[in-house]
Amino acid sequence: MTSEIATIRDVFIEEIYRRMHGDDRIFFLSADFGSPRLDVLRETFRDRFINVGIAEQNLINVATGLALEGFTVYAYAIAPFLTMRAYEQIRVNLSLHAQLMDMNVNLIGVGAGLSYDVSGPTHHCLEDISIMRTLPNIEVFSPSDWVLAREFVDHSIRIKRPKYMRFDGKPAPRIYRDNSEISFDSGFTELNRGEGVCLVSTGFMTHRALSVIRRLESENIRIGLVDAYLLKPFGERAFYDCIRTYPCVITLEEGFIGKAGLDSLVSGILAKNNSAIRQIALGFEDTYVFDIGNREYLHKLKKLDEDSIISQIRSIMMEV
Amino acid sequence: MAADATKRIANLLREKALWVRRETLRIHRIAPETRIASSLSAVEIFVVLYYGKILTNFPSDSKCEERDRFVISKGHGAISFYPILADLGYFDSEELGRVCKEGTFLGGIPDSIIPGFETINGSLGHGPGVACGIALGLKHKNRRETVFVLVGDGELYEGSMWEAIMFAGEHHLDNIVMILDNNRVCMLDYCKNILDLAPLDEKCRSFRWDVRSVDGHDTEALHEALGALKAERNGRPKLLIANTIKGKGVKRLETDPLSHIKSLKPEEIDRILEEMT
Repeated sequence: MTSEIATIRDVFIEEIYRRMHGDDRIFFLSADFGSPRLDVLRETFRDRFINVGIAEQNLINVATGLALEGFTVYAYAIAPFLTMRAYEQIRVNLSLHAQLMDMNVNLIGVGAGLSYDVSGPTHHCLEDISIMRTLPNIEVFSPSDWVLAREFVDHSIRIKRPKYMRFDGKPAPRIYRDNSEISFDSGFTELNRGEGVCLVSTGFMTHRALSVIRRLESENIRIGLVDAYLLKPFGERAFYDCIRTYPCVITLEEGFIGKAGLDSLVSGILAKNNSAIRQIALGFEDTYVFDIGNREYLHKLKKLDEDSIISQIRSIMMEV
Repeated sequence: MAADATKRIANLLREKALWVRRETLRIHRIAPETRIASSLSAVEIFVVLYYGKILTNFPSDSKCEERDRFVISKGHGAISFYPILADLGYFDSEELGRVCKEGTFLGGIPDSIIPGFETINGSLGHGPGVACGIALGLKHKNRRETVFVLVGDGELYEGSMWEAIMFAGEHHLDNIVMILDNNRVCMLDYCKNILDLAPLDEKCRSFRWDVRSVDGHDTEALHEALGALKAERNGRPKLLIANTIKGKGVKRLETDPLSHIKSLKPEEIDRILEEMT
């Protein structure tokens, strides 16, 4: 039984561990990165758990070879190193190959956004949504809670295509009750229906959005919230139908804005539909974060904390 | 009888090497974008693997589970492999007349859209790591097939090569035979003038590989060495250092440290073909 608060990677790994018992074609590779739940997996499956060492390039290449032999592979590392140290390996061996053949390699990047707050800018991961969305033939999964991640395991085994999963590094409460609230066809869930403004968030920022919504509701202000989790492929049509009645959407992400992140996914959809909906993008401007402090503190500095977001919403509500 | 057979194979390999070298020049004549010098150094390696029956292959079923896997890491130097694949029946020989032309699958650098090629090529340093994954997968499936990997010496500057070399030794991947086309020249200079790679044999032995060296244009020596390396399953991956000459067969290229980026003019190729016996 998983407690209400859990780390996404632990729940995901626990589910993979369960699947590995019944499916001997699953390999789990790690670039010397662990988790308490990984300990039992690597003890139990000594022949199918491989620590490649701190070698992300080889992590991807070895995963590629196994996938070419028909195996389902999970490749596990810290998100910025997995995506950016090994970007060219991902491009050549996963993205390109996957256009020609089945390649079931599932990249698990832990430490999305500012999960590793005090470790500084090398450990922050603000680029991954943009750069991974750029690559053809790869799915991009950015779950807000562990229920989503647990439900994604089945999808990850069934869909024989490379996938990048960006997991938050810190424990967080569940948002979803069960899979009836989740759709990997559309890639998003409408968590709240409201008026005037709709928040569209991904990953950790959905928790922030939920607390914003709760506070506004105590003042009888009811705004919308969409949690976007499968960012590629994304159910653009269904998403537009969901948000089209709002005069304003605010995208919320722990990532750079104005590049190819969640904000540009949304603005692209609005543009394709000749929409007059106003969009405000909240995230990180074009600079790294050298400030030291916990996530809450860094969010305050970057105006991504609850108070800053609420005052943004208030000023928009005055206008609309 | 056995001596006769050996002699017959030796003659066949020499004949095929000459034929492949000529065909490679003909391809370059219609597709001057191809890397001719780098392709010429690997001719005997391809010939011995395929006509020497070292590498088990199934031209009419190129993904057959029983095939030996062949990862060509130095993809830019694999134009000389095209005529062999066509000759064996992987695709129609007429296609050789269309290399780099619109609508063909035979590009300047081969990819796995070509029957007989396993991986995406063109970016260096990927082959050995991918081969490690394939080798692990074969072992997990209890399969006996061998993973051959062709690498160039220039790509040994890529750090990912050494990640894979370390990995293969540690994981006892004795089903890998890596062939180094040691033509000693990069794009801008001789490797020894850039960063000297020597001693490669000692380096790889220290990573728990078995290493042998041969003259990479001596088909008999290659045949004997590759056969022996493939057969031995002793817990250690195998490296064959094939000492080659970049641009082998074309005097002007053989002595030019910039041969990598040199193309030959059609009339020059015609003259070389006339003289080549």
